Amino acid sequence: MEIPYTTEVRKDTGLYNAKVGIWLFLASEVMLFGALFSSYILLRVGAVEWPYGWLNIPLGTANTLVLITSSITTVMAWASLKMGNFGRFKMYHAITLCCALTFLGIKSYEYHDKFIHYQVDLKDGRIVDGHMEENNKDEIVILGRYAKNMHDVLDLHERKDLAKPAPIKIERSDIAYMENYGPWHNTYTAIYFTLTGLHALHVIGGAIVIFYLWAFGGKMWKSDPERFTNRVEISGLFWHFVDLVWIFLFPVLYLL
Amino acid sequence: MSESQAKSQTHAQPHDEHFSHHVRRYLYVFYALLFGTLITVGASFIPFGSRGANIAVALFIAGGKAFLVAGYFMHLISERKMIYGVLGFTAFFFAGLMALTLWSFADFPPHTITH
Repeated sequence: MEIPYTTEVRKDTGLYNAKVGIWLFLASEVMLFGALFSSYILLRVGAVEWPYGWLNIPLGTANTLVLITSSITTVMAWASLKMGNFGRFKMYHAITLCCALTFLGIKSYEYHDKFIHYQVDLKDGRIVDGHMEENNKDEIVILGRYAKNMHDVLDLHERKDLAKPAPIKIERSDIAYMENYGPWHNTYTAIYFTLTGLHALHVIGGAIVIFYLWAFGGKMWKSDPERFTNRVEISGLFWHFVDLVWIFLFPVLYLL
Repeated sequence: MSESQAKSQTHAQPHDEHFSHHVRRYLYVFYALLFGTLITVGASFIPFGSRGANIAVALFIAGGKAFLVAGYFMHLISERKMIYGVLGFTAFFFAGLMALTLWSFADFPPHTITH
């Protein structure tokens, strides 16, 4: 049985069905991310202290530029098909896929940086904050700084006049508690990983669909080019939405 | 070349000029988005008097960038009524969600909102 309205426009909606479907889906996505943004606002406003400068701004900026680039290549891929140029579509979407992988690579590096970043509470009350260099049975080495209390830990990242981090050797017997900057560390890391993790899942999902169309789309392009072009448009709408979410995530998490 | 592909390419010829115009517009939007990103980063280092003011400036720029992506890359400036209807409902409920969030600020004890 043939699926109706894959290319022809319905009289009542004025659109082909997939376009109505993707916009309804995107509407639900707006509410999903809206709920998370709302949670972010409430957590931030309700926190006694909120860390600033914990994320790498140059990397966040680079990722923003990468996603914007992927957005233009996505729309250019669709426009290429509209102009009947399948070769150019392949080229533009190859760039889109490279951008997606670059984005995920940078994000993975940032996540890794948080997972090797430790806050070590010593038995004498001081705190050591920095990146784990060595993790042995009897001692650990942190490339970081000493802090008197939690306020100083937050301040360490905000103050630019501090000396460079130095290696600090700590006996395990001197450690009261230590924890890395994973999602469990505090409210900030929890909402950071939730928001960016969900966004990264969307990037992965979108990239898989774009890869499928890029790698296996040739057959449909030959048999039903208009339907294929519509599929590319639908995947593109999703990809632009992913870019749109990041446009708000970047300043909210990295800059403010 | 299959019949449908040939049909598509024949169909595409009159559209070429039309789409070339669109492509130029996409490029302008792309440059504006790159510029907007740099402005966002630059503005975050300028003290506008309070953190709230900095947040407002950053969200204003982000809103402008979002308009460019949604309006031109997602073609919302020239969409069908039905899409506007769907997005109208979404905007209504999103605004309601944010209004409830802001309303809840009244539940915080005085002078505790510092961020």
